[in-house]
Amino acid sequence: MKIPSNILTLLAGIALTLISLWYGKNHGLLPPAASNEADLVDGLFDAMMTVSMGIFLLVQGVLVFSVIRFRRRQGDNTDGPPIHGNIPLEIVWTAIPAVIVLVIGVYSFDIYKQMGGFDPQAANDPGVTQIAMLPGEELATPLIDASKAKPAHNHVHLAVGIGAFPEDEGKMADVNVDVMGLQYAWIFTYPDSGITSGELHVPVNQEVQLNIKAQDVLHAFWLPDLRLKQDAIPGRDVELRFAPRKVGEYPVVCAELCGPYHGAMNTKMFVESEEDFSNWIQEQIAAIDDSTQTVAVNSADRTDGDFLKPFVEEMGISDVDRTVLQQLHSHPAVSSDRTAQVVNALSPAA
Amino acid sequence: MTQAEMQASATQSSYSVPSTRKWRDYFSFNSDHKVIGIQYLVTSFFFYLIGGVFATAMRTELATPESDFVNPEMYNNLLTLHGTIMIFLWIIPAGSGLANYLIPLMIGARDMAFPKLNALAFWMIPPAGLVLAGSLLIDAPQAGWTSYPPLSLVSGKVGEGIWIFSLLVLGTSSILGAINFLVTILKMRVPSMGLNDMPLFCWSMLSASGLILIGTPVLAGALILLAFDLLAGTAFFNPTGGGDPIVYQHMFWFYSHPAVYIMILPLFGALSEILPVHARKPIFGYRAIAYSSVAISFIGLIVWAHHMFTSGTPAWLRMFFMIFTMIIAVPTGIKIFGWLATVWGGKIALNSAMLFGLGMISVFVIGGISGVMVAAVPFDIHVHDTYFIVAHLHYVLFGGSVFGIYGALYHWFPKMTGRMMNERLGILHFVLTYMGMNLTFMPMHELGLIGMNRRIAVYNPEFQPLNILCTIGAFTLAISTIPFLINAGWSWIAGKPAGDNPWRGLTFEWQTSSPPPIENFDLLPVLNYGPYDYGSGIRFPGEEIEDEETNMEAPPGGFMPPSESRAGS
Repeated sequence: MKIPSNILTLLAGIALTLISLWYGKNHGLLPPAASNEADLVDGLFDAMMTVSMGIFLLVQGVLVFSVIRFRRRQGDNTDGPPIHGNIPLEIVWTAIPAVIVLVIGVYSFDIYKQMGGFDPQAANDPGVTQIAMLPGEELATPLIDASKAKPAHNHVHLAVGIGAFPEDEGKMADVNVDVMGLQYAWIFTYPDSGITSGELHVPVNQEVQLNIKAQDVLHAFWLPDLRLKQDAIPGRDVELRFAPRKVGEYPVVCAELCGPYHGAMNTKMFVESEEDFSNWIQEQIAAIDDSTQTVAVNSADRTDGDFLKPFVEEMGISDVDRTVLQQLHSHPAVSSDRTAQVVNALSPAA
Repeated sequence: MTQAEMQASATQSSYSVPSTRKWRDYFSFNSDHKVIGIQYLVTSFFFYLIGGVFATAMRTELATPESDFVNPEMYNNLLTLHGTIMIFLWIIPAGSGLANYLIPLMIGARDMAFPKLNALAFWMIPPAGLVLAGSLLIDAPQAGWTSYPPLSLVSGKVGEGIWIFSLLVLGTSSILGAINFLVTILKMRVPSMGLNDMPLFCWSMLSASGLILIGTPVLAGALILLAFDLLAGTAFFNPTGGGDPIVYQHMFWFYSHPAVYIMILPLFGALSEILPVHARKPIFGYRAIAYSSVAISFIGLIVWAHHMFTSGTPAWLRMFFMIFTMIIAVPTGIKIFGWLATVWGGKIALNSAMLFGLGMISVFVIGGISGVMVAAVPFDIHVHDTYFIVAHLHYVLFGGSVFGIYGALYHWFPKMTGRMMNERLGILHFVLTYMGMNLTFMPMHELGLIGMNRRIAVYNPEFQPLNILCTIGAFTLAISTIPFLINAGWSWIAGKPAGDNPWRGLTFEWQTSSPPPIENFDLLPVLNYGPYDYGSGIRFPGEEIEDEETNMEAPPGGFMPPSESRAGS
């Protein structure tokens, strides 16, 4: 029985569509989503994977079919048919991709809006603020000085990034955290309680706002499980606002090249129940009270190593790492012999 | 059937020139575009091997999560040099090499418009390249090929200074080359060749040259300001003095995104030459493919900030650049579908050139698809600066440009040397490259999605299995260059003589001898056919040819739309 070729084409088209639809739902490429933002992004990714799979199969299918079916036979030196083009066909394959990208574009726009990208507090670039950071000055001074921390996060505070969900625009987030990126660590300060920590603790199902700054070079604050990322830029205020949904432990990764130990600039975000979160706050406040004297010392009189010691302890960094951090941080311009020391310091651990 | 017949009316060379080149000419300041073209190609391939060694070293380091093969600082040196060399010393100059060799031959000119400038442009490359690669021995740059301040300002003055110097020299070389290509294409065509009769390679070089001329000066500006910040302590980009590091990113990407098209367009052009010849069919939709190159280069100028979606960019800017980035998929899609329709129904000769040509479509389309995905802001926020991007860019630049360069080398090697390459070694080269490419870069998509950031020497041990796959692929790729090197070297010396037109091509370069005489054509050719008029009943070259002028006036058959009845009419 000879099946007409247009029926075969139709069947191939149906098969391609079904495979693409199935793949878009079942690719399993992304890690589990830990927030509503992540669900939105994953939905967009699934849709794009469906379309991508269709185009991928179409192009590879045509290539493989052509190579098999239209291969030149031995001894055949004639040419193929002199077809120079087909205007209607060309219009079709111009229009279809145009419609596809338009739909993906509008869909992405909508997702970005739902994630809070158009929150007026976060949608505009406030520009550069000059930061007083002269060579030789104690770089991290504001970090532990709770009195200098930004007092309130009011409505006029602008920072570019991902803002509140549209329904929460204009409202303050439930938890504010100031995030400082420096080579090679993230330091989290809770302005409400003055706590400083090397790990991020946030309560589940509450809106969290991270006010991100960088101290030395560019960093990028990435929460892979929340599909959120924002560069930390010296001299600029940026923010990320999100609502974690699942209790758990999630990686925090620096995603912008920040120096040789960029790969080690990771920490954890702990999403905790409200009770656990307030217990943790209390513990930290107690710890701060213990180290009050240290904080009161004029930081300019101390070496960088001494200065960083409290952070190092809080972050649970081992002795070897601490040496590295001290040495690297003592001057931003890491000279090569110093790096050699660092490498020597690292090698016993490796 | 020939596009060109050596007509008696053509102008004759009025003075005598030596008939062949000596090997010494290839090491001298020579103004012959064919010598310069080969100088470009050999030099860039040399730097490709260096960049490849760096890449293999990086993949060896990444076989394990710990830092054990090279130290982290050296790793950053390697990644910076790998990126810079592959872009500025391999793909861009290799495209210039092909353009230098082919443009005058394709348009029936005896040389480029400015031959001495051409030689000057080439001779800027070896010193800049050697200084850059040699910096590894003193103090190499380590801020990535993007060299974002403030990191680039604090990670070593010497290395960063060398990097800026090399890029300024290479950028200047690129600008000089682009002026030459543009003027040559616009002004030096044989009188019978209109713009729409040009081979598509010339169209793509026209588009790429325009991009180079608009974009590269902006990069030069950014680099000079960066050099002031680095060496003179100014604060254009340095936030400690009130500078803005984001401005550097804008200026850098204003060139460096179009640079992607500068790198891929010449190979799109080469592919448009390779496919019709080996499929024995006219290119499908000449004008669509020609004008889509121009469209790509125009839209390519207004998409740069998609590299900065997580940077200091406001929401409207993110949306604007998202839309335009996605629109680029339309002209690119026109090309891909046009190529597919070209091979569909043809008589495909599966030789090395065609395998790399079809392979280029096969892998480039993956990079194109992931390109639309990363254009979507919400998704890009997740994958920006991760291995997903590394995968995407290598599918475009390796799968697109490098496959294209290999295809072009296999295709035009007989013309350049007068000798055929070995097909068995060529097919082995293709199989190893295709497998190695997908093995190296396909798993990187997943690595990026599950949370592996790029430019790291140490990583989370849970990512190791996929990284081992990538490393095996990288070794396969390293091995895959061996058959090519043996093939190219051996064939150049002792390959089978090719004859003037081994592929029975129709464009002008196949109508002269192989290798062409010093001024290309004894008699300047005259255009009688479109460049892709295969199968139109025109006789093959070598057969008797008479009254060709009338041939195209009456297109055979009724299946061609009138406007397309002659490619490029």
